[in-house]
Amino acid sequence: MNNFEYVHADGLESAATFMAGHAEAKFIGGGTNLVDLMKYNVEKPTALVDLNRLSLREVEEMPDGGVRIGALVTNSDVAYHSLISARYPLLSRAILAGASAQLRNKATTGGNLLQRTRCVYFYDTAVPCNKREPGTGCPAKEGVNRSLAILGTSVACIATHPSDMCVALAALGATVQVTGSKGDRSIPFAEFHRLPGDQPEIDTTLQHGEVVTSVDLPAIGFAGHSAYVKVRDRQSYAFALISVAAGLELTDGLITQAGVALGGVAHKPWRNAQLEQELLIGKPANRDTWHIFQQALLAGAHGFGENDFKLKLAPVTVVRALEQAAHEGAQA
Amino acid sequence: MDLLTTTAQKSSFAVKTAITVNGSLHELEIEPWTSLLDLLRERLQLTGSKKGCDHGQCGACTVLVDGVRVNSCLCLAVMHDGADVTTIEGLGSETNLSPMQQSFVDHDAYQCGYCTPGQICSAVGMLHEGHAKTEDDIREQLSGNVCRCGAYPNIVAAVKHLMASGQEGTR
Repeated sequence: MNNFEYVHADGLESAATFMAGHAEAKFIGGGTNLVDLMKYNVEKPTALVDLNRLSLREVEEMPDGGVRIGALVTNSDVAYHSLISARYPLLSRAILAGASAQLRNKATTGGNLLQRTRCVYFYDTAVPCNKREPGTGCPAKEGVNRSLAILGTSVACIATHPSDMCVALAALGATVQVTGSKGDRSIPFAEFHRLPGDQPEIDTTLQHGEVVTSVDLPAIGFAGHSAYVKVRDRQSYAFALISVAAGLELTDGLITQAGVALGGVAHKPWRNAQLEQELLIGKPANRDTWHIFQQALLAGAHGFGENDFKLKLAPVTVVRALEQAAHEGAQA
Repeated sequence: MDLLTTTAQKSSFAVKTAITVNGSLHELEIEPWTSLLDLLRERLQLTGSKKGCDHGQCGACTVLVDGVRVNSCLCLAVMHDGADVTTIEGLGSETNLSPMQQSFVDHDAYQCGYCTPGQICSAVGMLHEGHAKTEDDIREQLSGNVCRCGAYPNIVAAVKHLMASGQEGTR
């Protein structure tokens, strides 16, 4: 790990001011991913700005019927919060399917959004990686890519976003609130993470110096019909090979609201709201509907050798998650 | 010789940090890149917490920070100004074991013992959290603690015994 300066942010404005003068500085919340990446010399900030003294630790109901989760609320506190487990069981289940209890106790909501890929080439500073060192190449396409992406890839990068929590947030249609020297912004969840394109070094649309202040959940939480299905190499404490967060609202067997997102398949949680409108809304909640939807959602998927199995695993996982959501209520 | 102190003396990065460990207050100047685990082991000579992987994957470094179990290898010590840290040394002593330690002894819940301090701190933290109800819950919620010897059945038995007794694992 390189030497670096350590400062506390005692307010959002002073934090933004400090960042404006330090191009290579980073914010730190829980640090469970950032500190690890610093040990590998993948992240080399010249300064860390500790956000933990900011008052961003509340989970609160909003006037519009939604719920606001402060950026510093730990993953554990979100998952077990009575408002979340009762109204957004999909989010609780996704969070508890990820990492270990120790990591969830430390990791924050904002930090979870900003965690980086676990692609082995990204972590290994002895080999090329366009995400870590732009322009050096991507050995993953012909190499160790069992866990990597099948959708939205580019010539430059086939990394996946590792979060479970973010897959549920995508399905729920959350909004990320951020603030910075240019003021406050609301970022729809679908626009927060980006596809790699020719700039795989950029994971999100967050600008340098901007701080995530909260993640806001909409009023509809799919509490009656949701499922998080995570397929992985071992039953606990492993990243997803494929995960699916599915939430439905049903009236007389017909779908009135839907949110379906996949993890483990792309550089960001994979959701297509337009296809949900066209192929789920107003349709009967049955296997025929799920099959038609998954075929459209996964059209264009392609493997890179080791991860070809995902082309068969993803469709059945989508169907299974939707079937569970429709018929088993909030069971995962 | 205190290696971290000697290499740190000339640095301008050091941050004053007051941290309570096992009931004793330590007022220290700490380099920002010092993990809580390295502070405990190298500077405070508390070597019960183990550096297994140093990347948050094995759980051997698990300690309780303000009663909450975390991986001390991924904590920067300077971020714990004012914190109250409990390590395996603070849970009990050779002559006065805590209930969780005693249960591990009674159930033969270790073989080489390397992961045991982390297993015990994690189990104590888990009981305090109060979300585990069944044996499957124990397995799931202790999955962040890896045991190379495979002593898992007896670890689960030790924790299950204490959970059934209604004790929290600390004295």
